[in-house]
Amino acid sequence: MELSRRTVTLAALAAALTTAPGLARAGKTLDAVRHRGEVVCGVNTSGAGFSGTDSQGRWTGLDVDMCRAVAAAVLKDANKVRFVPLNSQQRFTALQSGEVDVLSRNTTWSLTRDASLGIVFTGINYFDGQGFMVPKKLKVDSAKKLGGAQLCVQAGTTSEKNVAEWFAAHGLKYKSVVFDNAEAIQAAFFSGRCQAYTTDMSDLAGARTHAQNPSDWVVLPEVISKEPLGPAVRRGDDEWFQIVRWTLFAMIEAEEDGITQATADQLRTSSKSPDVQRMLGVGEDTGKLLGLDKEWSYRIVKQVGTYGDSFERNLGPKTPVGLPRGVNKLWTQGGLMYAPPVR
Amino acid sequence: MKVASLSFRTRSGRARLYQLALAAALVALAAGAAVTTRENLAARQIRSGFGFLAEPAGFDIGEGPVPFTPQDSYLWAFLAGLGNTLRVAAVGIVLATLLGTVVGLGRLSRNALARWLSTAYVEVLRNVPLVVQLLAWYVSITELLPDAASPLQLAPHVYLSKSGLAYPTPVWARGWALALGALPLGLGAAWALLRWARARRERTGHTPQVRWAALLLLVALPAAGWALGGAPRALDVPEVTAFNVAGGGGVTPEFLSLLLGLVGFTAAYIAEIVRSGVLAVPHGQTEAAAALGLTRRQALRLVLLPQALRVIVPPLTSQFLNLTKNSSLAVVIGYPDLVSIANTAINQNGQALECIVLIMAVYLFVNLLTALGMGVYNRRVALVER
Repeated sequence: MELSRRTVTLAALAAALTTAPGLARAGKTLDAVRHRGEVVCGVNTSGAGFSGTDSQGRWTGLDVDMCRAVAAAVLKDANKVRFVPLNSQQRFTALQSGEVDVLSRNTTWSLTRDASLGIVFTGINYFDGQGFMVPKKLKVDSAKKLGGAQLCVQAGTTSEKNVAEWFAAHGLKYKSVVFDNAEAIQAAFFSGRCQAYTTDMSDLAGARTHAQNPSDWVVLPEVISKEPLGPAVRRGDDEWFQIVRWTLFAMIEAEEDGITQATADQLRTSSKSPDVQRMLGVGEDTGKLLGLDKEWSYRIVKQVGTYGDSFERNLGPKTPVGLPRGVNKLWTQGGLMYAPPVR
Repeated sequence: MKVASLSFRTRSGRARLYQLALAAALVALAAGAAVTTRENLAARQIRSGFGFLAEPAGFDIGEGPVPFTPQDSYLWAFLAGLGNTLRVAAVGIVLATLLGTVVGLGRLSRNALARWLSTAYVEVLRNVPLVVQLLAWYVSITELLPDAASPLQLAPHVYLSKSGLAYPTPVWARGWALALGALPLGLGAAWALLRWARARRERTGHTPQVRWAALLLLVALPAAGWALGGAPRALDVPEVTAFNVAGGGGVTPEFLSLLLGLVGFTAAYIAEIVRSGVLAVPHGQTEAAAALGLTRRQALRLVLLPQALRVIVPPLTSQFLNLTKNSSLAVVIGYPDLVSIANTAINQNGQALECIVLIMAVYLFVNLLTALGMGVYNRRVALVER
């Protein structure tokens, strides 16, 4: 009981780094995944709409769907995924040391992380920004009125740094109350330990669904940062990097082509559009350059769905999280979601 | 001087050779691990080295004796974390020793209620995991106390709320600096006086009554410094604001629950050590003390405890070390101790190896230092009778 379990885990992962032999040639991850018969995917322990388990113990969420899509493309079965719940401290070490093949855990893409951690981001599956939530009874309508407040923040996040910069830039003082997991922060915040909770807007919306009475809490209008969230892989394996990157692009492209999970089979025979045919594996072979087969993108759409399907199912207005599509709309509809041509 | 032989023919020579071989193997293993680590980090394109310590940390640390702003370096952040660890460990060790001694003696008391209460205390607190106790304290504090905007007022300008305990502190001024500077003088003077009295008693058998004079010296010298510095009386008083209580000094619920948890848990072990230490003194000593006409309190203070100390100090040292190490459980209740700060740093810059090495080195250093101090003390008490 001397050190926390977390530190022991980290130490063990660090020890793995000191003893494992060096990396072999590129493409090693794909071989390993095929040999193992499952994709090992690091996800959030519980991020409403992004990753969590339902009442049957099945993992669901936008980040979870990303992993399932990779499994559908590579192993032909979206269920061949082993999910490893990681907190924000464990995530990078777990990816670096080879514990997971993909880190799909609403992680912000930043220069430091992209360039110095031995990992590389493959794309953006959610455009987010950092905000603040306060109790309604505090009668605060702007983050600029939070001077002197105590803020609940998660340890080791970009939020922790953003908030320090934003408060300094606005000449405001605050005191941080820092926990290393989201559940502890939410418990502390909802019990009144802090006057405000700051994290990504999507997290705030998710946290609010955990409150006893969600209408007692308000999210303030200020968005103080860019938080592009997306999956990451280890450096040095370009083949695997391309597979994960183009899996995400295929989900976005399929939505743009007007395909949905429900209409995929019907469109496969009826559609005359070359784009649609390519996506559904009946046109030219887009898989061979990735080391995959012709139907890789068809299986993604059929077994998991397009980006739009996944968003609706996990985050959309009909879910408890109830987030509007906002900037995460397709570029054709005024949003930022854009995939290079899958061809 | 005879040179130690390294021959296989003598027993001691063989022993030395084996030890040399073992040492060489260990060095080789460590060097091998270091080289592999470097290669692996380079192959995985992970930044390595301790250069990051000079970079600005960028995150805030909520509390502590070391002043910290997000512009300060990672090195300073580690020091702030260490400051928080040492703060809770130092206060915790003192309180746990006091409480543990009381409870331990309580278990030997002739009063059935005191005995029963002490036994219940030890059995309950020793057998509930520390993490659970920490969470229980934390939840009780944050759930049961009133909101920070409407705190309980315990005394004028002393507030208790979910934000912790806030109290007035003196505003720093020259007088306080002088008082602080005079404190060692007062301590020295009091110590010299007590030594003189003891020497005199041993020489003449007459005991000069200097206890009050020593106490007076201890208080008067800093007080004189304070008065010379203009007798500052300004106080930094906590005020209830729209959000919470601001100003003054304070302790957070995180510090409070960690301290309560560590003290409660460790005191249960210390109580057992004290009890067994007292029981280890032969019963004849108690009888002899009674035969001399000492009261039970005098017997305890003058005969039993000094002898028991010799048994108590080594395991007590181990409990002090445990308390220091256990403070790393602070992460579960959000107290920014060394491990919590290091975890944050790991996540901000990804340099897990370096940060883990730092944590281990710091705990090793602090604990070796504690063990050294207690070892010196142990040798002193062990010599009492021989």
